[in-house]
Amino acid sequence: MNHSFDVPNGMSRRHFLHHLAGAAALAAPATAFAGTILANATEMRKRHKAAILLWMGGGPSSIDIWDLKPGTPTGGPFAPIATTAEGVQICEHMPLMAQQMHHMAVVRSMSTREADHMRGRYYMHTGYVPSPSVEHPSYGAVIAHELADQVPHLEIPPFVSVGGGSVGPGFLGMAWAPFVVDSNGVVRNLDMGIDPTRLDQRLRMLDTIEKRFIGEQRGGSAEDHRKVVEKTVKLMTSRQMEAFKVGSEPKEVQERYGANGFGRGCLMARRLVELGVPFVEVDLGGWDNHANIFPTLQNQRLPVLDRAMSALVADLADRGMLDDTVVMWMGEFGRTPNINGGAGRDHWARSWSVVVGGGGFRRGVVVGATNEDGREVVSDAFSPQDLMASVLQALGVPLVKNFTAKNGRPMKIANAGQPIKELFA
Amino acid sequence: MASRCLVILALILSCGRAARAAGPSPGADVHPGLPQVEFINQQLTAAWASDGVRPASDATDGEWCRRVHLDLIGRIPKLEELKAFLADKSPSKRADLVARLLGEEYEDEYSRHWTDVWTTMLIGRDATNDLVNRSGMRQYLRRAFSKNIPYDRLMEELVTATGVNANRKDLDGFNGATNFLSGKLGEMGDDKGLEATAKTARIFLGLQVQCTQCHDHPLPPNQGKQNQFWELNAFFRQARALRRRGGTDDVQWIELVDEDFVGDQNDPEEAEIYYELRNGQKRVAYPVFVDGTAIPRSGFLPGTMEDGTRYGVNRRRELATLIRTSPLFPKAAVNRMWGHFLGHGFTRPVDDLGEHNPPSHPELLDGLAERFRDGGFDLKELARWIVLSRPYATSSRPSASGPDDDPASGEKPKFARFYLRQMQAEELYESLLTATEADRAARAEDAAKKKDEWLSQFVIAFGTDEGDEATTFNGSIPQVLTMFNGDLIENAVAIGKGGFLHRVAAAPLNSTARIETLYLAALARKPSRTELDVAKRLVAARKGDAIGALQDVWWAVLNSNEFIFQH
Repeated sequence: MNHSFDVPNGMSRRHFLHHLAGAAALAAPATAFAGTILANATEMRKRHKAAILLWMGGGPSSIDIWDLKPGTPTGGPFAPIATTAEGVQICEHMPLMAQQMHHMAVVRSMSTREADHMRGRYYMHTGYVPSPSVEHPSYGAVIAHELADQVPHLEIPPFVSVGGGSVGPGFLGMAWAPFVVDSNGVVRNLDMGIDPTRLDQRLRMLDTIEKRFIGEQRGGSAEDHRKVVEKTVKLMTSRQMEAFKVGSEPKEVQERYGANGFGRGCLMARRLVELGVPFVEVDLGGWDNHANIFPTLQNQRLPVLDRAMSALVADLADRGMLDDTVVMWMGEFGRTPNINGGAGRDHWARSWSVVVGGGGFRRGVVVGATNEDGREVVSDAFSPQDLMASVLQALGVPLVKNFTAKNGRPMKIANAGQPIKELFA
Repeated sequence: MASRCLVILALILSCGRAARAAGPSPGADVHPGLPQVEFINQQLTAAWASDGVRPASDATDGEWCRRVHLDLIGRIPKLEELKAFLADKSPSKRADLVARLLGEEYEDEYSRHWTDVWTTMLIGRDATNDLVNRSGMRQYLRRAFSKNIPYDRLMEELVTATGVNANRKDLDGFNGATNFLSGKLGEMGDDKGLEATAKTARIFLGLQVQCTQCHDHPLPPNQGKQNQFWELNAFFRQARALRRRGGTDDVQWIELVDEDFVGDQNDPEEAEIYYELRNGQKRVAYPVFVDGTAIPRSGFLPGTMEDGTRYGVNRRRELATLIRTSPLFPKAAVNRMWGHFLGHGFTRPVDDLGEHNPPSHPELLDGLAERFRDGGFDLKELARWIVLSRPYATSSRPSASGPDDDPASGEKPKFARFYLRQMQAEELYESLLTATEADRAARAEDAAKKKDEWLSQFVIAFGTDEGDEATTFNGSIPQVLTMFNGDLIENAVAIGKGGFLHRVAAAPLNSTARIETLYLAALARKPSRTELDVAKRLVAARKGDAIGALQDVWWAVLNSNEFIFQH
């Protein structure tokens, strides 16, 4: 406690951080290292795997996007167009994605049984149907948990959710909870609005109280609290937070992704993955189209999706990141082939499509099929746990792993789903 | 038996003497004359002896005062309450304080706190579920706890509730108690009331029947048969949560009703249900309670035929009667309350009393349950017995000698010291308001709404609406960020005129006394020499800005582990 509370005038942020790290051992952001990481992203990105989930909240109408049924009563007005993947056709209102389909694979035979928003959302995120006795970890928690070791330099949380809440870490615990940000890259309550000297003073006062209490040996959770405080201070002072600032990208890149929340979220996802974040989820809502579905898709949802998703896939491919980064597109379920009286489509889990690409996945293919009006799967049907097992396999995560839930019950990773073999070469 | 009693008596006498000799506080007595308190003390003293542990010394008066305020009324003591208690020289000061906190003077705060606890338990913290009216739930619970209605009546009113779940001027038949089940039942029986079954069994019987929804559970005799879940589930099949939309797509309110149930075979006289075994075989189930008691199979609600013959049965009413007379009912309540006050139940989780999960102190649990039942299921009395007991008065610091007692390591709890635990989010909120002497004049309804808004940040940060998850601060960075930089803290450390810090700064005190005031207000103790030293150097470094320095110290105190932990 010999250190003075005064900090020389004109001290730079960098100096402050070093100063703080040395003085209080409370905040030790590896500032210099973080800077190196941003600069040498090319070097780093080759060494880690990551996944980006594009979550279509509300239940997207995959029959109008990825598995069209033109000329049938269930087909709707949209026409299919050819893509860069041989023999693969998608919706005419996805022209930019059509140029990227050689990177992607469409699974047209998902059959997922839960057609309620909350249950479907849970099932698609975890591979388990909801249970009152145990909360299961979602994609983000599982993947962050399995891949965090490969990025020891990471100061920001390993599971970031942009624009939505995602599904929680369940029994894996709060260390794997989604770190929720809005698509403008604003992290809530990040800024204390005081100068670094004063922050330093407050933290040293805090550390004095925390250490005294810990020293009284009242229980381990007192020390745990201090660790979280440390992580939080690291985050507040980390240069890695720059990764959230999509506004620093060149204008033309921002335009390519689209000047909207989802576009910014996808760009943020690329920046975060580049930094080493193992899992990012980006939310695009507004797919619960019970009425008037076709103009809504054509004029609102699909242009936003097409632009951002295609920009993301192309960008990852251009930067050599796609081989290590899985991109997934899905929602809680598909929508009814039957077009209802209000010119909308309702909830439908029995036969619908998801899209995956990157990582170890085969590219430019379609897996599975539905019948001529889309009401039935006519090939092998796949479950959410099969999809989850496939994604883990594409990331190189071993599927033999068992987790232990809080009640001591063993839980198989991905609910013992089987990887979809047609997705792998 | 007689000799064992003598041994126990000797132990009590010797421990009592030791505690008095070594205890830091002359006021740390036990309430004389309450046999239930004596029973707890005897049981635990014997258990400590046979476990070979030495109980921790007594908590200081400041610690105990903070503790009992938090557990009984959901907030830390106000500065003047703390000072009055510390100055009190009466040997019965602890019992006197408990009597006041359970009495008329604090009726409002007591009921607010237990409404918080029970709202979270019954319906979680998710404020977005339109099948539940939180305000309606709260209104019901506020009344129930301020009148201290017997626990069996509380259960019966929740389990059998019918009526409208929202208190609206344009609607008749409001019954806030309906909100326990309004979001756990389908409209047409389509979801079969699975959640209603699971939650009722867990909360009121301490049974985790939901595990057996899909298959038998491979555990001891008759434990966890699949039929048990469905037989209990059959009690909820007359209940319907009718969604009322009031002209829009969104559900505006719920009307919870009982209707005749025709059963899966369309035969209301034998209204059976079917469930599926894992091998696909179908099995039939009728309403049978967990102890094997069957009720009539009719799905008709009670009625009288023209010739005067009575028929039918109200299944939920039958269920409430069976729950009330079950020995599991008072045991589950005692276990939960013990866990609330001591930081760990006799079982873990606290709502699992199944045979596979034996309690740590079975005789104590059974004995307290009997006394709770025999005393008319009085929740305030049960609370009084526990907070005046010896284990509740122990320090959270382990005793200097002997093995440590820490159930967090997976060991059986010995209650030889007070277990450190995180405040509930609601307690933290109220304690922040208390510490900063914030204005509470606002209308109760507005205050509850504001609190819900604040709490909703934590629900997002925790990613769950389950109460137990929401108590975990560990690893949740967004939560620490909220405590570091959020609105509530910003208000708490504001230096505007009339605010707490302004008043402290304006009082005719020297710098040491000001810092001591902050410590007492938040931590119920004075600062250590080191703390005072660091704080004073902070004041010096901030030169003329005395109030700014106080602001920094205050921020640190409110963010400390010591502040947000119950200890």
